[in-house]
Order: sequence, then C-alpha cells, then structure tokens
Amino acid sequence: MDNLIILLLLPVISAIILAFIKTSSAKWAALVLSLIQLGLTIPFICHFVPDASVQFAASWDWINSLGIQFQIGLDGISLPMLILTNGLIPLIILASFGHDQKGGFYGLVSFMQAGLVLVFISLDAFSFYVGWEAALIPIYFICALWGDGDRIKVNLKFFVYTFFGSLLMLIAIIYLYQQTGGRAMSWTALTGLELTEGAQNWVFWAFFIAFAIKIPLFPLHSWQPDTYTHAPSTGTMLLSGIMLKMGLFGLLRWLLPLTPEAVMQYGNIALIMGIIGVVYGSIIAFKMKDAKRLIAYSSIAHVGLIAAGIFSFTQEGIQGAILQMINHGISVVGLFFVIDIIQRRTGTRDLSDLGGLASNMPILAIAFLIIIMGAVGLPLTNGFIGEFLLLKGIFGSAWNGVWFAVIGGTTLIFGAVYMLRFYQKTMLGPINDGHMSVKDVSGYEVLVLSILVILIILIGVLPNGLLHLSEASVTQLLENIK
Amino acid sequence: MGAIITLSLLGILVLYLGLYKAKNALLPVSILGLLLALGFEAYYWNVEADPLYSGMVIFDHFSLSFSMLCIALTILILLLSKEYFRAISNNIAEYYTLILFSLTGAILVCSYHNFAMLFIGLEIMSVALYILAGIRRNDKASNEASLKYFLMGAFSTGFLLFGITLLYGSTGSFDLAAIKQHIVDNPTGISPMFYGGILLLLVGLCFKVGAAPFHFWTPDVYDGSPILITTFMSTVVKIASFAGFLKLFSMVLVPLNEFWTPVLLTVVIITLFLGNVTALMQTSFKRMLAYSSISHAGYMLFAILSIGANSASGILAYSAAYGLASIVAFGGLILVKRQVGSDHFESFNGLGKRNPWLAFSITIAMLSLAGIPLTAGFIGKFMMFSNVMNDYHTVLLILAAINAAVGVYYYLRVVVHMYFMKSEAEQTVSMPVNFQVVFVVAVILTIVLGVYPDLILRFI
Repeated sequence: MDNLIILLLLPVISAIILAFIKTSSAKWAALVLSLIQLGLTIPFICHFVPDASVQFAASWDWINSLGIQFQIGLDGISLPMLILTNGLIPLIILASFGHDQKGGFYGLVSFMQAGLVLVFISLDAFSFYVGWEAALIPIYFICALWGDGDRIKVNLKFFVYTFFGSLLMLIAIIYLYQQTGGRAMSWTALTGLELTEGAQNWVFWAFFIAFAIKIPLFPLHSWQPDTYTHAPSTGTMLLSGIMLKMGLFGLLRWLLPLTPEAVMQYGNIALIMGIIGVVYGSIIAFKMKDAKRLIAYSSIAHVGLIAAGIFSFTQEGIQGAILQMINHGISVVGLFFVIDIIQRRTGTRDLSDLGGLASNMPILAIAFLIIIMGAVGLPLTNGFIGEFLLLKGIFGSAWNGVWFAVIGGTTLIFGAVYMLRFYQKTMLGPINDGHMSVKDVSGYEVLVLSILVILIILIGVLPNGLLHLSEASVTQLLENIK
Repeated sequence: MGAIITLSLLGILVLYLGLYKAKNALLPVSILGLLLALGFEAYYWNVEADPLYSGMVIFDHFSLSFSMLCIALTILILLLSKEYFRAISNNIAEYYTLILFSLTGAILVCSYHNFAMLFIGLEIMSVALYILAGIRRNDKASNEASLKYFLMGAFSTGFLLFGITLLYGSTGSFDLAAIKQHIVDNPTGISPMFYGGILLLLVGLCFKVGAAPFHFWTPDVYDGSPILITTFMSTVVKIASFAGFLKLFSMVLVPLNEFWTPVLLTVVIITLFLGNVTALMQTSFKRMLAYSSISHAGYMLFAILSIGANSASGILAYSAAYGLASIVAFGGLILVKRQVGSDHFESFNGLGKRNPWLAFSITIAMLSLAGIPLTAGFIGKFMMFSNVMNDYHTVLLILAAINAAVGVYYYLRVVVHMYFMKSEAEQTVSMPVNFQVVFVVAVILTIVLGVYPDLILRFI
C-alpha cells in the first residue's frame, strides 16, 4: 500500500461505483469512500521525510512510441496539496448532506478528486495536463446540472475560458517536448532544458495565462464571480477550496522551475497583478449584496495575495503561500457552508433581507465568527500565520517589496471590514419577520462546522507541522531559480 | 490485394442476393465478407512490402493500417444499417453493394503506388457515392445533394486529372517512386509544368477532403444525404482521401515542400476558421457536424504540413478517433430523429433523462471530437499539434488553439441540450441491440485509445 497510484485509482473506482447508486444512500457511500481515501493518504504523510527529495516516486511506461512515461511522486510542495484535497473532499461531501443528491453527483465529485490528485502528484507534463482537464469536466457538469440562475451560459463561459488557457499550456508543453527531441515529458527532463531567452518568454506567458485563468488573477478573473454564484454550494466549495489551487500549485511545480529567467524578468508583473487583485477584490466585495458573490470577490483578493507571495521569490513568501492555500481552502469551504446553511433555512442569501439570525442560531453564530476570524487573519487563527508570512515575503522581495506589502497589508483591513459587515448583516441587528422560526444547526452541520473550527485554531496555534513539510522543497526551488 | 478482390466479389454477391430476395442474408454476408477482407489485410502485415503489379499498388504498413481502419469503420456503419435502409427504400441490396464498391475504391486510394490507381480508386469511391447520396429518389434534398456532389466531384476530378497529366508531362511516369526519383535527381531543374501540376493536384485533393476554399459542396451534401451515407462519407471516404493526400505529399513531393507549404498553410488556416465559425452558427446538429468535419479536415491537414516521421501515425490516430466519434454522433442522431423527427439541437433536449446511455455515448463522442484528454480525440490532437510544432509553425498552433476553444463551444451545445434542458416529449428513446453494440464498441475504443494510445500509435 505504499504506492501512490492507489490514491489515483480509488477515486476513479469510487466514481464508477457511485454512478450506479440510484438511491439516497449514495451520500453515505460517497462519504465512506472519501474517508477511505483520506485514510490511505495518512501513511504517506507519516512516512514522508521532510527534505527536498521526491518521495514515493513511481513510473510506468505509458506511450512508448512517443517516449512518454507516467510518473508520480510527492515532495514538500505537493504533499500539502494532497492533504488539502483528500482532507477537504470528505468535508465537502458531508456538507452536501442537506441537499439529498444522488449517486451521479457524487460520482462526478469522486472523478474530479482523481483529476485533482493526478495534478498534484504527477511528475510528467502529459499526465499533469490530463489531470488538469480531467478535473474540469466533472466540475463543469456539477455546476451546470445542479446550479441555479443562468447556469448554462455562465458555465459555458467558464469552460471555454479555462479550456483556452489549457490549450495555450498544451502548446507550451508540446514545444518543450519537442525541445527534448520528442523523447521525454518528465519534469526532470523538461526543467533541465536550456531554453533560449525568446523561448523562455513565450513559454512563460503560455503557462502563466493558463494558471492565471484558473487561479484567477486580475484581469483574467471575469468567469469566476458568476460561476461561483450560480454553482451549487458543493461545486463552489470544490472550485474555490481545491480547484483554484491547481493554478497556484502549477506556478510552483512547473512555471518557476521551467522558465527561471523569464520568471525573474516578468515576475514583477505577476506580483503587481496579484496585488491589484487584492485591492480590486476587496473593494468590490465590500459593495456586494449577494453573500456568495461577496465571498467570490473576497476569494479573488485572497488568491491575489497568495500569487503575490509566490512571485516574491522569498522563502517566507512561498511557504506562506503553500500554507495559505490550505487555510484559504478551509475558510472558504466554511464560509460557503455557512451561506448554504442560511440559504436553506431562510431561502435567501441577499444581505439586505437577512439579519439577527444569531438569536435563533447561537451555535452557527459562534462557528461563523471563528471562520471569519480565520478568513481575515486574526492572531491565533490559521489565516494570521499565512498572511503574516505572505506579507513578510512580499516585503522582502526584490521589486519595491515594501510598497507592495503596504498595499497588500491594507487588504487585511479591508478584509476585516467586508467580512465583519457580512457577519453583522446576517447575524446581528433586527431579524427579518419571516425568519423568526429558523432552527439552529444540528447533526452533520455541527460536525462540519466543528471540524473546520478545530482546524482553524489548530493550524493557527501549531503551524509548524505544515510549514516544516514544505521548508526544504521551497529552499531547493529558490536555489534552482536564482 | 486479397481484400480488394474480396470486396469486389462481395459487392457482386450481395447484388445477386438482393436479386433473389434474400434480404435477411444481406447484412450477415456483408459483415462476414468485410471480416474476411480485414483478415487478408492483417495477413499481409508481416509480408515484405513491395509495389505489386508493375508498381500499381503497394501494401506497406501505411496502406494496410488505413485500409483496416476503413474496413473496421464500415463494419460499424453497416451494423447500424439494419433497420435504417429498410425504412427508406425497397432495394436494400443496392445500398450494401454501393457501400462495398465505394470501400473498394477507398482501399485503392489508401494503397496506390501509381497515379492511374489513385484516379481509378477515387472514381470508384466517388461514383458509388454519387448514387448513394441521391438514393432517396423522392426527396428533394437528397437529389440536390447528389447532383451537387456529382458536379463538384467531376469538377475536382478534372483538376486532379490535369495535375496528374502535367506531372506525367514533366517526368514521363505515373509511378510514385519514379516521380520521387525525378525530383531527387533534378534538385534545380524542376520544370514550371511540374509545379503547376502540384497546384492542380492540391486543389483536386482539397476538393475531395472538403478543405476550404473548396468545401462548398460539403454542408449541402452531408445535410441532404441519408444520415448513414453521410456517416460513411465523412468517415471512411474522408479518411481514405487523407491517406492518399498524405502519401502523395509527405512521401513523394516532400523535397519540394518549400513550394507547396505556404499554399497549404493558407488552406489550413482558412479551413479551420471557416469550418469552426460556421459550425458555431448552425441550429441543426447534422449541419453542425458537417461544418465541424470541415474544421477537422483542417486539423488533419496539419499532418501533411509537417514532414516529420510521426505524421502518418498522427493522422491514423486522429482518423480513428474522429471516425469512432462521428459514428456515435450520427448514430445518435438517427435514433433521435427517428423519434422526434428533426435534427435540430432542440431534439436532443432532455436526452440525459430519456436515455442516459445514449446521452453518455454522445457526450463521450463530443468530448473526443473536442479533443479533451482521456479520449482518443485528445491523442489525435496532441499528435497533430506535436507534428506541426516540430516544424516551428507556432503561429499556426496559436490559431489552432483558438479554434479548438471555439470547437468546444459548439460540441458542448449538444451536451447542454441533452442534460440541462427540459424536453416536451417525456417518452424514452429506445435503442435497438445493434446500436447498443456499435455504441459500446465505439465508446470503449474511444476511451481505451485515449488512455492507452500506444495501441494505435505503434501501428505505423
């Protein structure tokens, strides 16, 4: 059982099994299968030695005539992502229990998990691309089938937008593949290429646009608010909690090592894009009435800061980014779950119709408060450590880091303002007459919220375990590009 | 050679069966004959490949793999025909005979080694099709399709023949090897007549494969012909034409590629954009497939543009993927049209509920046509892009990427209608056994080739 491939096969098998379950017991089967997947992940975490090497590496001949091998492995950058994926999906499945979905729905979630795992563990560009697209198809169906409003148009835009980005990446991958003489696709072979300056430049932009669309970075974010808003809450959680990390992870795993010189040349543009996203997302989030839209824009701000941290090329910045990817996953799943709870009980998520729910829902009010604390980065929560490291990293970056850090720092204040406004508009103030009889959270909802709250505080108090995992790998990454 | 003889005899046998009213034997006999032909081709795989019959034909791995693909696709198409032909005409035997004759021509086009054989092959293939396109005698659209196809086909054959004549005039031979030798021997002394011949050949072949700006017949002919005939035209006939095209340009005329590459490049770019943009505007599924087949022709021309060694296996993989997906798409259309009576996108509304398996198969076919990973279509697209990248046509690739993104848009439209739109008619769409078999085979092959493409890439 020490072969990573099991983590890839299990979700695929689960997806096939789940697709055939037509009764409402599908959700239990999905939960159990995703917990088995989580259980199988634990040995890899325990046996992982936190140095810079690639561990549990395995490879198989795949397409011999093209010299393509299927290679997987874990290092300090991909392990946190694997933990995030396999840890969050059981939670997301549990959080969907209120919707009474059938097997087809959970089959798609499982299939998406397989794609995500493949993206994070693959060490060759071909399987990376396959995983990248394989994660897109199921989420498209989840969002378009169970979404609301103008779901068809919105998701078509989402699909075509991201697919175009992926194609640019595919072209760059094929270019690199041809540079090896059409013989190798492995990470080692591609990063070992000596590319000319011109080649580096366009390969950089092709990869960067693909990743920036997925993250999404300003100004390539226009698909994101609509897609998040009209997706079912499970879809939104998958998209924002895990899927956008594919883009951030892609920066670290592929873009930085592939084109180090172009990265040094254009990294400041990416950094500025990230910081603009921070300010832009925060300002718009402040204006939003629809709770889901508010969180969608706040998410643009958060991932902007993470991307900026990556392009600061400092140890703190990148380690902070990896930690913050996990933190953002936890807090955004929490926030969307709270919105889902409120919407299912009151039938609305419009802030102007809500208020005073705390009196009827004290447990939710407390959990919600802690999740918000984590999202704005108050000390003793996970968000604090992440944002602190990110800002410290940006501060130390070579390009006027001080100013970017100052601008980015204001996001903390902005973040606090719109998040607290969100809290105040829903939980405090006079209650809407129609909502007098709403019941507090119970059963599985309490379970999900407690796990999230525990994680937020646990990582906030003891972040070292996670930071330790990525330390050596990030050091090596920085040595390689400088 | 065994396959060609088998198929010719089979065609006549089937015609006689029709004469003696043995209607139920038609399909089994045809399938058995095709399997026999497939066996002959497989047998020749390990035989030393030399031009046979004074250099008329050659059965090398290139010819054999394309011929086998054509025969296999024809078997799948004929399996779909069980009820189909009976519904539109009384003389079913003619259908089988004509399809078999057309296939014989297609195999000749795959295996020619002499321009005479190319011409004869193309004519055998096309003449049968002119009749098939118009076989619904009382249908105006079908008649129009047949007439258009015939006129355009005759026109393009004229170009082709003139091109062949000019090449003969400057080299004194119809033989591919001799022509290639002539080019190699006279690197500087190629006569203008020869170049003129290349251009005319290019035009003629572009007509045959439906590449813009010589594509005008495609939409109307594909739209007007009976669906199964359209399937045959857009898969088997197209694939064979591409095999012939590729053989001529990337094996014989390669040394002159600096002359014809710019011309072909223009053709490719126009084809991609024209096919895609027009496909985007269609409201009929059948017409959308017709235009999308134009854009697929554009992608397949990539293989001819690139002179790498992989271009043959690339186009084989692409053809297989495209053929399988098209058969599923058109087959699905037959079932839907039979019940709803229209081939508009709206007829597919709610198919996800009305027949989940059919909807799933069509979805896989669409994803394959769009080139999404884990389907055979992705491998085809990957090979095409990869071949072109080899020759540094980066700008072309960027344009191709834009087109692929546009393509996703209209392929997903069907999926949108099947899953996300409610239908007025609630009854389920039934799926006869023969359709089930073909769909299962095609879908499984699409996924297997997508996951483990070595199966087909190893061939050439």
